[in-house]
Amino acid sequence: MKIIKPGLQTTVQDAGRYGYQRYGVIVSGVMDRLAQRIGNILVGNDVDAAVLEMTMKGPEIEFEEDSLITVTGGDLSPTINDQSVKRWRPVYVKAGTTLKFGACKSGCRAYLAVGGGVDVPEVMGSRSTYLRAEFGGFNGRALKEGDRLTSGTPSERSKQILALFVNLDEPFIESDWSFASEWSPELRDQTVIRFIPGREWMDFTNESQELFTETEFELTPQSDRMGFRFKGEKLKRTHERDMISEGVAFGTIQVPSEGNPIVLLADRQTAGGYPKIAQIASVDFSKVTQLKPGEKVRFQKITQKEAEMLVLEQEQHLQQLEQGISLKLREGSEIG
Amino acid sequence: MKYELSPLGDSAVIVQLGSDITEKSHHAVRNLSIYLEENPIDGMLDFVPAFTTVTVYYDPIKVWTRTENDASPYEVICAKLGYILENMKRSKPKEAKTVEIPVCYGGEFGPDLEEVAAHNQLTPDEVIDIHSKGEYLVYMLGFAPGFPYLGGMSEQIATPRKETPRQKIPAGSVGIAGSQTGVYPIETPGGWQLIGQTPFALFDIDQDPPTLVEAGDKIRFKPISLSEFESMKEGQE
Repeated sequence: MKIIKPGLQTTVQDAGRYGYQRYGVIVSGVMDRLAQRIGNILVGNDVDAAVLEMTMKGPEIEFEEDSLITVTGGDLSPTINDQSVKRWRPVYVKAGTTLKFGACKSGCRAYLAVGGGVDVPEVMGSRSTYLRAEFGGFNGRALKEGDRLTSGTPSERSKQILALFVNLDEPFIESDWSFASEWSPELRDQTVIRFIPGREWMDFTNESQELFTETEFELTPQSDRMGFRFKGEKLKRTHERDMISEGVAFGTIQVPSEGNPIVLLADRQTAGGYPKIAQIASVDFSKVTQLKPGEKVRFQKITQKEAEMLVLEQEQHLQQLEQGISLKLREGSEIG
Repeated sequence: MKYELSPLGDSAVIVQLGSDITEKSHHAVRNLSIYLEENPIDGMLDFVPAFTTVTVYYDPIKVWTRTENDASPYEVICAKLGYILENMKRSKPKEAKTVEIPVCYGGEFGPDLEEVAAHNQLTPDEVIDIHSKGEYLVYMLGFAPGFPYLGGMSEQIATPRKETPRQKIPAGSVGIAGSQTGVYPIETPGGWQLIGQTPFALFDIDQDPPTLVEAGDKIRFKPISLSEFESMKEGQE
């Protein structure tokens, strides 16, 4: 794949770099893990395989070899050879065709998965780009014009999905089946983010607990892969006490003394010293990471058990998707 | 061993092993970390040792599918951690090394030196003197790659974090937050009060481990002039 135009911030990311947090090495990885997992399932990859994460303004990519791809996540108006291409489904692209992105219609981050995964060297067991420390991914940085990326060896499943496509002389062919369920980002309520109370929830005044769950918070432009800063009613603790730094996670909501919540995301630090008012339920990470500055959300309190049940439910939907693809492969239903 | 477990969402648990930053808590944290490194729990993704806590990250689905009873992933992880903590043998702490870190204090490298001095009714020189006389224990690494959280700073120079974190802090910056001090290995946002900068690199991906200091080491800071800083910086490159 040759990068004709890099887009605003296009990086190679996988499921994250685990096992080095004790040295202060952050996890990194994709922001929208659900979109990445679905993308990889659709092209027959391991769910953790490396993909391209594209933000707000997507890149322009020329495929130098015939490839099996899919675009998932936010709608950045993808086109192939200037024809609109549908997302959330496997697509065959012929060598010499160009994938472009246009306006950011919904969401904020799109993902390009390719059969075999994006192949860059592993650093500390991961292909994720760690932008601030400048390592991992493609030369430790966001993609630039002229960069050339290769894909890894496709799995048997990936080859079988590609073999469903016929009429391979066309510049591209979309499959007639897609990932459609209540989990699809277009169909869910983007504005309600569910959370489990954090370790310092009880440190906040009753009034602040109510404001947190009953008023809207707006995403500010001071938001990136490290964390999202929201603004809204100021959240106050009953008394100030200096915290002892400890581990934080994807979706931890910290409140510095100024009173605005910060949601920690893929490039979060490994430990933090601000009070944790809440922890977002993992099933809602995908919603949060697709927000754009200026958009408003409400936070809704659920229990730990409810959050765990939602994780299980999501897993079942993903398994159904895998089974659905297996069925297509068994039937040998041709595409194109 | 005394401990408390609490959830950090649906995929992590915080093991509390002490309430204050003491060498005793540090050793409890270190013991559990060494145990987890050698005997990882099924479904565990990672763990983060801190001053008084170890946070254990897990994949709830993997934890769930490997269990036969109706317990939730959190309950399974807690039961396993409880068993480990009740039965863990006390290991002897590994021998520590002492690392000397040169620091150019004040000026553009330490924009908050005056604020730290004013907060504690001291002169900037007194702050430098107190900061560089101490011997510090590396309690943990975190926040950024190779960032040492140090214990042993004098309460005389303790200063609360900035109300609003800075968007950019240069690599090598030496800072104070509450009664903690530390060094920023890479450029990053952060809320610490900055008092100086070191020319040394604290993080290098080509080394194994990738960090200049490890948890358990001792650190000393040595004041250097701007010209010494510049020649050391050149020597590094």
